Amino acid sequence: MTIENFVKKFEEQLEDITPGTITPSTAFKELEEWDSMTNLVIIAMVDREYNKQITGNDLSTATTIQDLYNLINS
Amino acid sequence: MIFINGISYYLPEKKLSNRELNELFPDWSVEKIAAKTGIVERHIAAEDEFSSGMAVKAAQKLFKEYQISPDEIEFVLLCTQSPDYLLPTTACIVQDLLGIPTTVGAMDYNLGCSGYIYGLSTAKGLIQSGDVSNVLLLTSETYSKHLAENDKSVRTIFGDAASATLISRKRKGASIGKTSFGTDGKGAANLILKRGGARNINCDLTGSNEGKLFMNGAEIFTFTLKVVPAIVEDTLKKNELKLDNIDLFIFHQANKYMLEHLRMKMNIPEDKFYVHISHCGNTVSSTIPIALKAAEQEGYLKPGMTVMLTGFGVGYSWGASIIHY
Repeated sequence: MTIENFVKKFEEQLEDITPGTITPSTAFKELEEWDSMTNLVIIAMVDREYNKQITGNDLSTATTIQDLYNLINS
Repeated sequence: MIFINGISYYLPEKKLSNRELNELFPDWSVEKIAAKTGIVERHIAAEDEFSSGMAVKAAQKLFKEYQISPDEIEFVLLCTQSPDYLLPTTACIVQDLLGIPTTVGAMDYNLGCSGYIYGLSTAKGLIQSGDVSNVLLLTSETYSKHLAENDKSVRTIFGDAASATLISRKRKGASIGKTSFGTDGKGAANLILKRGGARNINCDLTGSNEGKLFMNGAEIFTFTLKVVPAIVEDTLKKNELKLDNIDLFIFHQANKYMLEHLRMKMNIPEDKFYVHISHCGNTVSSTIPIALKAAEQEGYLKPGMTVMLTGFGVGYSWGASIIHY
């Protein structure tokens, strides 16, 4: 999956967000829509799309969408 | 073979609705709570209601519904992580309250969402050993008393409940197959209550969230993604079954979002995956017996059916078992 696709998938998981808000450099935990439930939603999306199980700690360590993308592909 | 000959459960009278939660946590709408957790309401133990009393109520329902006399019980196994006291054993208090003869064995064990599976296997072992013929397995939790008022991630999910199951040598209900287990104490810190044990005995944790249940939901979710598919496979193998042979899957009812993800991950058809969470929430060790009872009452369980039960959570601890109707 390309970074563009990942950004799109990520954005799809967030409700009520204006399309195009998310970019690779978005600090996702600073988004207004980010809360404890969003953590689960993103973990589920990565599991579904990549069959990779990222941890809550991975989400804490990553700052931007690009960080998360790199981590999944590492 | 050893059999499950009856299940009953008790839910406290007081309820906590999504509307009330929305008033406490305005950023989570009534609809959002329902959509994400699958829970509409949870039952909450009264201020003066504790695990012993709830377990007694569940057992009394069981005795009445299945015409069981307290004299028939030879062992009481009680699963709780919210015992009335650190000691004495809640099962001992319950023996007396239920009028079970003093010749009975009684003990508590401390497990959460995997507790019912461990209880079934332990009861089966006790009976197979030849020591006893009838075990009363109780699960009873008042997690609500462990929760911080301002912690929405746990208050939206957990509800209080107790269940009672009769496990016997004599056949009436479903037979208990082989069980698989899993344990990983590395996850201890991700679902923990620091108050109450000896480690913090001199720390005053009252008033701070440190003294309340802590749950790292993201870590718990990742843990289930890793272990649940593996133990389902392991349990199938142990019982010489294939996924297609299972007529109904009853997983620990953690929250609907997590269950739905696990179901799709494992390609389990929707009509074979029982979800029963909307009106009681995550009742910890009671979710599986409550769901089993509800599935039976709703006509999902018929003679000849094979059911897989899977529990996973705090510890980390997990397990899965097969029962045949």
